[in-house]
Amino acid sequence: MIDRRLFTNIDWMLVGLVIVISMLGIVNIYSATTPYKIIGAPYYVKQFYWMAFGMFIALLICSIDYHILEDFSYWLYFLLVLLLVAVLLVGRRSMGATRWLHLGFFNIQPSELMKIVIIITFARFFNNFHAPGGMTVRDLMFPLGILAVPALLIMKQPDLGTATLVVLIAMSMTFYVGLRWTTIVSFILVTIPTCWLAWSHFLRPYQKNRILDFLNPERSRLGSGYHIIQSKIAVGSGGLFGKGFIKGTQSQLRFLPEQHTDFAFSVFTEEWGFIGALVLIILYLSLVLWGLNIARRCNDRFGSLLAMGVTAMLFWHIVINMGMVIGMFPVVGVPMPFFSYGGTSMITSMVGIGILQNISMRRFMF
Amino acid sequence: MREKRFVREIMEMKHRTMVLSFVVGAIFFVLLLRLWHLQILSGEDYRSMSENNRLRFVPIAASRGTILDRNGTVLVSNRPSFSLAVIPQEVKDKDDLLNKLAALLGLDRAEMADRWDKAKGRAKYYPIVLASNISRDQVEIIEENKMRLPGVEIEMKPVRDYVNGNMGSHLLGYIGEVSEDELNRPGFEEYNPGDYIGKNGIERNWEQELHGSDGGRQLEVDARGRVLRTVSESLPSVGNSVVLTIDSAVQKSAERAFGDQAGAAVAMDVNTGEILAFVSNPGFDPSLFSGKLPADKWKEYLEDKRHPLENKALTGQYPPGSTFKIISALAGLENGAINDSTSVNCTGSYKLGSSTFKCWNKHGHGSTNLKKSLRESCDVYYYALGERLGVDLIAATAKKFLLGTPMGIGLTNEKGGMIPSTEWKLKRFGKRWFHGETLPVAIGQGYVLMTPIQLASMTATVANEGTIYRPHLVKRVVDGDGKPLKEVKPEVIGTTGISADKFRLVKQGLFAVVNEPGGTGAAARLGDVTVAGKTGTSQVVKLRDSKQGTPYQFRDHALFVAFAPYEKPEIAVAVVVEHGEHGASAAAPIAGRIMRAWFDSKKPPKKAAPADSAQDDETDEETPPNGQEERRP
Repeated sequence: MIDRRLFTNIDWMLVGLVIVISMLGIVNIYSATTPYKIIGAPYYVKQFYWMAFGMFIALLICSIDYHILEDFSYWLYFLLVLLLVAVLLVGRRSMGATRWLHLGFFNIQPSELMKIVIIITFARFFNNFHAPGGMTVRDLMFPLGILAVPALLIMKQPDLGTATLVVLIAMSMTFYVGLRWTTIVSFILVTIPTCWLAWSHFLRPYQKNRILDFLNPERSRLGSGYHIIQSKIAVGSGGLFGKGFIKGTQSQLRFLPEQHTDFAFSVFTEEWGFIGALVLIILYLSLVLWGLNIARRCNDRFGSLLAMGVTAMLFWHIVINMGMVIGMFPVVGVPMPFFSYGGTSMITSMVGIGILQNISMRRFMF
Repeated sequence: MREKRFVREIMEMKHRTMVLSFVVGAIFFVLLLRLWHLQILSGEDYRSMSENNRLRFVPIAASRGTILDRNGTVLVSNRPSFSLAVIPQEVKDKDDLLNKLAALLGLDRAEMADRWDKAKGRAKYYPIVLASNISRDQVEIIEENKMRLPGVEIEMKPVRDYVNGNMGSHLLGYIGEVSEDELNRPGFEEYNPGDYIGKNGIERNWEQELHGSDGGRQLEVDARGRVLRTVSESLPSVGNSVVLTIDSAVQKSAERAFGDQAGAAVAMDVNTGEILAFVSNPGFDPSLFSGKLPADKWKEYLEDKRHPLENKALTGQYPPGSTFKIISALAGLENGAINDSTSVNCTGSYKLGSSTFKCWNKHGHGSTNLKKSLRESCDVYYYALGERLGVDLIAATAKKFLLGTPMGIGLTNEKGGMIPSTEWKLKRFGKRWFHGETLPVAIGQGYVLMTPIQLASMTATVANEGTIYRPHLVKRVVDGDGKPLKEVKPEVIGTTGISADKFRLVKQGLFAVVNEPGGTGAAARLGDVTVAGKTGTSQVVKLRDSKQGTPYQFRDHALFVAFAPYEKPEIAVAVVVEHGEHGASAAAPIAGRIMRAWFDSKKPPKKAAPADSAQDDETDEETPPNGQEERRP
């Protein structure tokens, strides 16, 4: 099934970066969850299982030629849109949002899968798309429609973070294909009223509050403003060298919210300081640049677009999560790939890596 | 050609990866700069914040808005109260602390433990209220023992002050601690356990306006919990005030007029639907509900036969008795079954098939026309009318007054009363309507039920000859500084479509009830203002003969509806005295006193108006009930 030549072409750089980051993540989760009383397997052990399972899935993805994805792309897209509708109709409610679909023995979160599917769908569309001199506004109508349906469905759940990510991923791919200047200008002109519309019609009060809290953290003493302040204290107090492993007072005394998931980076920087953060940032930067490198080296348009999309997905997760933790973005609940605790995030990221690996391995086959 | 272009484009794309790499690098660099700023430049500040200090938030509860009457008189305001709270994060030994608190303050340990457990899952820095409404003595004891009680805080909160005690308790409602269930509902995201919210009446239905938004103080405290400084402070914003349509003078005299009797009264502005008085007697002490209701008081309320916790004006559904003859008469006029000269000979009873229906006056009223039938409340006249009309035509007229459904007064749980029809009976019981069932309906017995709100609305609609206003309790909402925010406009919710001349015929009858010899409503006379009205007595239990010996709960309800002045109606009143037996003697005087209070409160004080307006001026004093008792067989 697997061409022997493929093994010789394994992208060890990619594998190495993912393993190093994931291991750092597990070590960090160990520290972040020390103050928790846990029933059953500890979080870091579970995270290790998720990593192993994710790598297995990535391996499975590598074994199939990614070009097959092109044939299935629109089917996948329709299936996912249906699932998103199903989530709104029959989904399981938790914490005020409906994100999960209960399928008997396991739960799936279609919005998470949509990140991958939008990449495949856009890659398929742009692969057969021809726009000399960059895309015009009219050229954008179709992809915009493809994007709007899932984005609005996800926003309705409501899951502002994932909806934003899906939009950002799609936008990044579009920019990658190329736009005319006039398109960019008109786009900006359209964005402003759209934001206003979203603000007045689609955003839930708590989502508005989060944005307002971000703009003025003092506004909400116990809500997300509190999270931003506490996270900044954690990061800032880390200093140059950090407080040391399992010695972060902010995290050990549980001042931080969600400290093993969305705020894992905050724990890490408190304990390892600027030096630690620098190392992690360099690792992530390498991952993103390597992803772009795979996109550049790939000789078919579909593969290149796919690689670019996956890279954009990883990039935006990293930037938004870091930005959130250090008080540059609102608290939107976006995890750090491979680093935050959580199976869903790990699987999605690993699927992305599988696709990247797939493309990287097959670059010599053309 | 196409291939070539594609190749060119993919080259362009590939070129773009270089640009993107640069952009990515730049963004990561910005993140790194920010980290540098936080960790290296401000690192020391943050380090001291995190090591020596903890940020703590002390919520400052917002004052609830006040509730005012139509003249700006305060009905509900706030006064300070203290509660005992604990910050779990600062407590080492929970059991020990609870024991100490119980011993020092005499508080219920189990209850405190329970409240503590309920707050599980919330942030550890957030204070949990263990006991609310503690005394000043208890506050002092806590202050003295502060060092032994780490993590214990005293919170000062404004609490509700119901200025007039029991007055208007059913209308105003009360507040209580937000329940877990409420916290999970949409619209309650900003609430925390221990917060107070309106549970009933105006307090509940205008919660969003009254609540205000809490503020908080961000304090820097040292490891032992001592406050070092205030980092920031956001002041609470006071809730908006609600201005009611109620006139507190009218409300007060209405409640006084009831005395110990149970019942309800609703007074309404005929031309706007504004409720001027909204009484359910007896009331309760709303302030007891916001604190901890003493068990004995609770028991007392529950065991009181007069049901003080029941809002009779809102949820009481009573057979309207003879007051319903207004509807029957209009139905008769509307459908041509009678006109003002139609007369029926009352011999004291009416035969239909094999059954005999009795008039309250067993000697009979003799020849009776419409006016006399209302004045003396002759039952036989309406039996005959009922037989001629059938139940559905009566029901149709009642529906024109929007009876049988809640009027939308703006309080939760308003009941709708009941207007029976053949269709209803078929649906409800699966049985056809018997002709003999129509006769009791025509005199407001049988299946007919109305709420005091509906009785008042019906009367107002008759008074203004056909316009139905939505009965409402709130005039406007103003902010903490008294600036108007929201004005509640009178809302017409229907018109009867019955012509004015028909209303006038009925109104003449209602005038006669109060003002002519033989009328049953003489007790409602005011002297300087002419009143028109209708008495009613509604049977609670069918008894062979009702003597003085009838137990309280089996006595008939007494009703009276009225409006005034007759010439240019302003106010409509409906009074129900539960088990008061006779509308003429029990309910009419109360209605009179309510109207008296209204006209007095409108007048400049102490400027006796000469009694010249009354056209039928035969009495100079309020006549006592003249023995014209109305009684069902």
